[in-house]
Amino acid sequence: MTPHRSALLHFLLGRLTASAIPYDNPIILWTFVVVATLGAAVLAAITRYRLWGYLWREWFTSIDHKRIGVMYLVLAIVMLLRGFADAIMMRVQQAIAFGANLGYLPPHHYDQIFTAHGSIMIFFVAMPLIVGLMNYVMPMQIGARDVAFPFLNNFSFWMTVAGAVLFMLSLFIGDFARTGWLGYPPISELRQSPGVGVDYYIWGLQIAGVGTLLSGINMVVTILKMRAPGMTLMRMPIFTWTALCSNALIVAAFPILTAALALLAMDRYVGTHFFTSSLGGNVMMYINLIWIWGHPEVYILILPMFGVYSEVVATFSGKRLFGYSSMVYATVAIMILSYLVWLHHFFTMGSGADVNSFFALTTMIISIPTGVKIFNWLFTMYRGRIRYEVPMLWTIGFLFTFTIGGMTGVMLSVAPADFMLHNSLFLVAHFHNVIIGGVVFGAFAAINYWFPKAFGFRLDPFWGKVSFWCWLVGYWVAFTPLYVLGLMGVTRRLSHFTDPRLQIWFEIAAAGSVLIFLGILAFLAQVYVSIRHRDALRDATGDPWDGRTLEWSTSSPPPAYNFAFTPLVHDRDAWTDMKRRGFVRPAGGFKPIHLPNNTSAGVILGALSLGCGFALVWHIGWLAATTFAGIVGVVIANSFDRHRDHHLPAEEVDRVEREYRDRLAARGSAR
Amino acid sequence: MSAPGDEIDAHVGDPRVAHGHHGDGQPSHASLKGYLTGFALAAILTVIPFWLVMGHVIGDATVASAVILGLAAVQIVVHVVFFLHMDTTSEHGWNMLALIFTAVLVTIVLGASIWVMYTENANMMPVAAQSLHHAMGR
Repeated sequence: MTPHRSALLHFLLGRLTASAIPYDNPIILWTFVVVATLGAAVLAAITRYRLWGYLWREWFTSIDHKRIGVMYLVLAIVMLLRGFADAIMMRVQQAIAFGANLGYLPPHHYDQIFTAHGSIMIFFVAMPLIVGLMNYVMPMQIGARDVAFPFLNNFSFWMTVAGAVLFMLSLFIGDFARTGWLGYPPISELRQSPGVGVDYYIWGLQIAGVGTLLSGINMVVTILKMRAPGMTLMRMPIFTWTALCSNALIVAAFPILTAALALLAMDRYVGTHFFTSSLGGNVMMYINLIWIWGHPEVYILILPMFGVYSEVVATFSGKRLFGYSSMVYATVAIMILSYLVWLHHFFTMGSGADVNSFFALTTMIISIPTGVKIFNWLFTMYRGRIRYEVPMLWTIGFLFTFTIGGMTGVMLSVAPADFMLHNSLFLVAHFHNVIIGGVVFGAFAAINYWFPKAFGFRLDPFWGKVSFWCWLVGYWVAFTPLYVLGLMGVTRRLSHFTDPRLQIWFEIAAAGSVLIFLGILAFLAQVYVSIRHRDALRDATGDPWDGRTLEWSTSSPPPAYNFAFTPLVHDRDAWTDMKRRGFVRPAGGFKPIHLPNNTSAGVILGALSLGCGFALVWHIGWLAATTFAGIVGVVIANSFDRHRDHHLPAEEVDRVEREYRDRLAARGSAR
Repeated sequence: MSAPGDEIDAHVGDPRVAHGHHGDGQPSHASLKGYLTGFALAAILTVIPFWLVMGHVIGDATVASAVILGLAAVQIVVHVVFFLHMDTTSEHGWNMLALIFTAVLVTIVLGASIWVMYTENANMMPVAAQSLHHAMGR
């Protein structure tokens, strides 16, 4: 708010001035040039190949859970590139910034990078990964034709995109928070962070949070209400079980994040003092609230991946999952226990020995159900006929990596030890150990496992293996040094060091991050090569891995309606049961199928929310009011839309199913 | 959900064999009697605290507050049972399970937060702790 700006300009643009564009910062400028060039190239290619109409009709406005699931995964991979760019910048800075060398990133820029890295990786990589996977797989696993609220699903996705775009805008217009990924006050308060960085953080998360919460409700209802007949709870595939628990956690935990951020926003916008250090505010309350959300959040991320590993291990060992019931009870136990451990994130804040002991014990207890799961996977593999396909490699890599990460977690749960390790690089190494080893490895296992279902051809195994080994070795080379440094007492979030003896460890870590980069490139190469060789990798049967659950009983890719007939379920591993019983695909008796219509309301609401968030960040009152009114108006208008559904004629179902049967017959199979 | 006759059974192999199923929990039907009972109970449970306060029936304010809070808790149950029609069978018991899950989480979150924040304040906010100590010592 420069004093010489005219009142009109201030009214029109709020706090936004030309100086908000960081054209004087060569790093950001070049990032912008690269992003703008790549973006323009993508847009030009879409225009050149006349894909806009196709993308709009078949994808952006689609309310098919499969399409939305794929779009979530694409968002996650795009944001992974952004989050990883932040990571490698930090690794390079820390590897060179010793003594007289200050590195290439000034502290205020470095602080934005670690904040953006953390929040993007959690909210816009890990969350879209699990929501996308649950969206794609879960309805088919329970024999449903879509989720319970298909339009809400599309809307949730576009709200997540709006939050991600707002985060990305902060790179080029204004700056981002320098607070760390949870925005602790007092540094996130107006006095300490007068810029727009924290506001970008708050509104980006609030907008995406709406999408996450609604998607959680959607999937809980889907699992409880839309299971195929015969699929009792104890016959549900484990991935669906973990999805249920994860979404129950989302529904219960995300409102707490929303409330904590709303209180922080009120501190910053209307002068309340919830979390200031003066006038009766209490910063400790924010930290308490944010971790009541934050700890369940890590289980929201890992539980569905436990489900993925369970499906992969059972399929590639050619056996039923060992200890199905114990797996279910372990999942439910983790769901409840995840609400009883949050204080272990702030043992050092001063609660005293009795409180710390309680939360230390609950934290240690949570390793018991997790250990049960590890043994279940091992016993499933025991005497199984293991096929070392790419998803199975990721799973074995996970077992090895995650177990060690879990053990360092138990070390951290010892409150006196935590007083030494709190905020050290040991902690950083620990949570990357479980999030990369658990969530990221799980995502790659899942993508390799379900890709043929989604696109009709397998991913190239050679590049998949290259990617796996680069990631696995890269992870250990990048983070083992951080364990060592943490035990030596090095704290996190430092952009410069004075002790030259530490440098070698940071150089090794930087080398590890280069290996991980190669792993990401190999994954992109895998996708590219697989598209080029899709005919050789084609999956005609719909069941390329000899799968056990219902999603493998459909064609690859599945028709819009998933199942021409809803399967009746008699057993766990329903598809294995059907194959054993000699299931024959029906040749007639098809009926018209009731399907929802595509709608553009989700895209429009997402765009309006993005505008509203941007206006709130820059204090542009008229724009915030207009876009908010627009949101309300579109929601009301949309509720009067009567063209919501159609019936796919029985002849069309018959044609699609006949083509599938012909493909199967060509391969000499009847199912 | 699929309509009857829209299913396929590998154990039978013929899609045209319709299977009656869909034991969806019937919504418990509201009745005038139920609403009147609920209304009467709610009214009684509101009148009693009113009477307790206006008539200065219980001398000790702490005891009076506890009794009123207890009656409020009973009233919550009355609302949930008679107006929201919650019982152990609606939606196959899912409503009750969701309610219990919510209650457990809310109890954990509120109870432990109060415990945590109390100890944090006592240990880390010397001024606040001092005044608290004064208040408690009296």
